[in-house]
Amino acid sequence: MKELQDLAQSVEQGQVQKVSGLTQQLLDSGVSPQTILNDGLIAGMTVVGQKMRSGEMYLPEVLQSASAMHGSLKILKPHLVREGAQSRGKIMVGTVKGDMHDIGKNLVSIMLQGAGFDIVDLGLNVSPQKFVEAISAHQPAILGLSAMLTTTMLNMKTTIEAINAAGLRSSVKVIIGGAPVSQKFADEIGADGYARDAVLAVDKVKQLLGVSA
Amino acid sequence: MSVSFRALSVPDPSALMFGRASKPVSCGFGLELGNGQVYPELNFTLPTMVLDESNWTAVVAHYEEIGTSIQRAAKRLKLPGLMVEFELLPPMTEHPSWGAEITAILHRHLKQAHENFGLPCALRVTPTDIRDVTRPPELRSGKPLEALLRSFDECAAAGADVLSIESVGAKEVHDEALLYGDLEGVIFALGVLAPRDMDFLWNKIVAVCSAHTVVPGADSACGFANTAMQLSSQGMLPEVLAAVVRAASAVRSLVAYECGARGPSKDCAYEGPILKAITGTPIAMEGKSASCAHFSPVGNVAAAMCDLWSNESVQNVRLLSGPAPEAYLELLAYDCRLFNQALKSGTERAYQDLLVESDVHLSPQAYILSPLSTGRIASAIVKESNHYAMTLAAARESVLILREAGQKKELDLNSREVEWLERISRDLDALPVDEQQLLVAMQERYGHLFSAASYGL
Repeated sequence: MKELQDLAQSVEQGQVQKVSGLTQQLLDSGVSPQTILNDGLIAGMTVVGQKMRSGEMYLPEVLQSASAMHGSLKILKPHLVREGAQSRGKIMVGTVKGDMHDIGKNLVSIMLQGAGFDIVDLGLNVSPQKFVEAISAHQPAILGLSAMLTTTMLNMKTTIEAINAAGLRSSVKVIIGGAPVSQKFADEIGADGYARDAVLAVDKVKQLLGVSA
Repeated sequence: MSVSFRALSVPDPSALMFGRASKPVSCGFGLELGNGQVYPELNFTLPTMVLDESNWTAVVAHYEEIGTSIQRAAKRLKLPGLMVEFELLPPMTEHPSWGAEITAILHRHLKQAHENFGLPCALRVTPTDIRDVTRPPELRSGKPLEALLRSFDECAAAGADVLSIESVGAKEVHDEALLYGDLEGVIFALGVLAPRDMDFLWNKIVAVCSAHTVVPGADSACGFANTAMQLSSQGMLPEVLAAVVRAASAVRSLVAYECGARGPSKDCAYEGPILKAITGTPIAMEGKSASCAHFSPVGNVAAAMCDLWSNESVQNVRLLSGPAPEAYLELLAYDCRLFNQALKSGTERAYQDLLVESDVHLSPQAYILSPLSTGRIASAIVKESNHYAMTLAAARESVLILREAGQKKELDLNSREVEWLERISRDLDALPVDEQQLLVAMQERYGHLFSAASYGL
């Protein structure tokens, strides 16, 4: 459908007002909100992710696209709720205890939102106990842990141990990221995955949740 | 604020040379900086380990081992002088006595080196700016500020010779603006908010230094311009944006000197050459020999005007040769022998040219760090009379420098970088002359991120 292609392209180009306008037009013409979300917004953001990965788009341009998508989502959300549409999954993110770095985590959140996931962001300097309580309250499919220091990365291990001790580990997959960590470290502490950057974090989440595109 | 810089201390860019500063600094055990030699500045950190009370004995053992290896390498390499930097980790600032204990250990090792084999040396101590523990950060009150100021005081009492910091006031706004490529927000953070916090913080640091006869070193725009540099190296931001942010960030770092800082500047403050041109004080820099800590496009040019040459940070892990800090001290020592031999033999200009020319045509971030570019940016800054105008002037001058370099084919800018340079130029031109006008607009856009009270607004 040409209008959906226009919408996807407008998302890619970060045209905030045009995206909102097209969204309303498509709704008015009877296209289902789920179709608009999948074939318009997420399709556009998928291209954005690919272009960022290949170095064709810089972050400010990606964020402009994300803003356009968020504007559209505001219009779509009530319709999606009314239709009982399923989210692609709820992802919880946070920077571990003792660590005040949050740029990487914020980028991961933005990219995941762009890919259609719901985000619960616990912020920075999050204690293992707070992670446990939040998992109980929000029941995310995946928890993303971030750390930037060699002296705080071990708090990822402590956090996973606390989730284990609370009997919640089987209900949530854990992925990690940040400058000092690696796949090897993820394996050592019993995480389910590692991502080197925000784009790869989206891939990892999709892989873990069995989401195809 | 007590000093205003309205003229350049080094007006001729060709006089900006490594190892020479117009206002040398003496510190510690007979170390003279900027007085005709370049010295290594060694920095290190802990390997991956838990840093808490239960593990404190192991933490102390690492710093003892580092101190011992520094003494061993300094003697073996016949170092003519050495600066050691102890950068506190956040818990060491939250518990000021922890940072002071490590300071005392490193001070003891340097004292022994001075007494046993006459090493001129000094200890720079850099507490962590822990005031951003809350969102929005509470910069002018609260327990983190109290702990930070106590940390300065206790480290000074425990044997620090120079005090520095990488302060983060306005980072909460700058981070967001940078990610969105919002020049209005970037300039607002760097030129309106950050100088206010620098003024608040550095008057307090200088007071602590005066009370202990310790040298107030300087600050670094690490949290601002190095964030831009790293995002750019990952392909997330245009390099020209990182270069412009670097130039603009010099003004907030200059405020430390206005409050009484005397240098040496911090190693990660790549804006150091601009500060050297304005203040004449010695600077620490890091480049190719800091790849143990992070990568950069300015590995050689960063050395062109340095007085201290640093490795930024290396974990205390075992390498084939020995402990990593000792290995990096050797690396820095050989780098410094080359600087000093060039100075001794009168070939320093040729050596500086090699350092500059080998980098500047490959990266806008390197191009703006040449002596000529830094001289131009510094000149633009001192012509203005308030921090906002100075920041804007530095940013605009860096755009002009990069545009000219592109037109002269001295710098290879791809079409996307050129597009961004013109976008930055347009955005800067659209900024108001009056900072109050910008303040109103930015409070609306970023007011949820910062507390006006933290900046005395």
